[in-house]
Amino acid sequence: MTDQKKVVDILLGMGRVMEENKEFLTDLDNTIGDGDHGINMARGFAEVEKQAEGLAGKDIGNILKTTGMTLVSKVGGSSGPLYGTAFMKAGMTIGAKTEIGMDDFLGGLEAGIEGVKARGKSTTGEKTMLDSMVPALEAMKEKQAAGADVKAVLEAGVAAAEAGVEATKPMVATKGRASYLGERSVGHQDPGATSFAFLLKEICNAY
Amino acid sequence: MVGIVIVSHSEKLAESIVDLTRMMADGANIVAAGGLEDGSFGTSYDRIKEAIEKVYSAEGVIILMDMGSAVMTTEMVLEEFDAGSKIRMVDAPIVESAVAASVSALCGNSIEDIIAEIEETKNAAKF
Repeated sequence: MTDQKKVVDILLGMGRVMEENKEFLTDLDNTIGDGDHGINMARGFAEVEKQAEGLAGKDIGNILKTTGMTLVSKVGGSSGPLYGTAFMKAGMTIGAKTEIGMDDFLGGLEAGIEGVKARGKSTTGEKTMLDSMVPALEAMKEKQAAGADVKAVLEAGVAAAEAGVEATKPMVATKGRASYLGERSVGHQDPGATSFAFLLKEICNAY
Repeated sequence: MVGIVIVSHSEKLAESIVDLTRMMADGANIVAAGGLEDGSFGTSYDRIKEAIEKVYSAEGVIILMDMGSAVMTTEMVLEEFDAGSKIRMVDAPIVESAVAASVSALCGNSIEDIIAEIEETKNAAKF
């Protein structure tokens, strides 16, 4: 089981990973987007870190909803409303719990993904974060149903997310700023799909 | 008078659009919500929210946006307002629709009439 403190620790870890990969994500975004993804994600999670002390006493649903609101307010690019919506929907689905298990996590992620689809009016195959999120969720659900332990479920998710990132390379972007490039977006991995794979890997590393 | 908010990734672009409307509609209730607090490109939830509050009245507010996060962030701000609030996002060319909307608002037209006029800017050919 995962308690409130661990959830906050993981969020702080996500902030470190976004800071460490700020340049990398921004470079990816420079190639096919507006070159702000790494900077924006690092700025958003730095704000989450500032609130970490206040977050620790809240239930997990509230921690996630507050994180989502912070990302919406502070990120400044599309990843703000998209990741912000994902965290808020996950928080609403998980609700006022102080401990969660894998089923709660997968339910939260599923709600988050549905939120991203609705917010971005997008689906898989459009060279977006959904192309790593959706395969990761499917792989984890499958492992969970097969009775695997937490670590094995998360590892399967990370592997699927990373494969999903690779799969964005040949795709033509039809959503987001990269869609202005059309065919010229082919050959480059999607920054949003990449940042999700980093975030999921950070969750996995915590177990 | 119906209020108008211009949401852009660029602070300067949003402010310039507002300035441009003054050529024909000086006195319209129009404000800019462009860029991030530190002056960089992006869309600020807080700036959009403050801008809406500044021009809000019972007659309503029209929001015109550039692209991507400007649209999504505005949507999220609107979810915070009461469902009954008369605030409408309109999908149209931002410069042309800002001019059309500010002139129409200054003439005292209703939000419904202004939106109908803005919709026409979508089909207006430049040549």
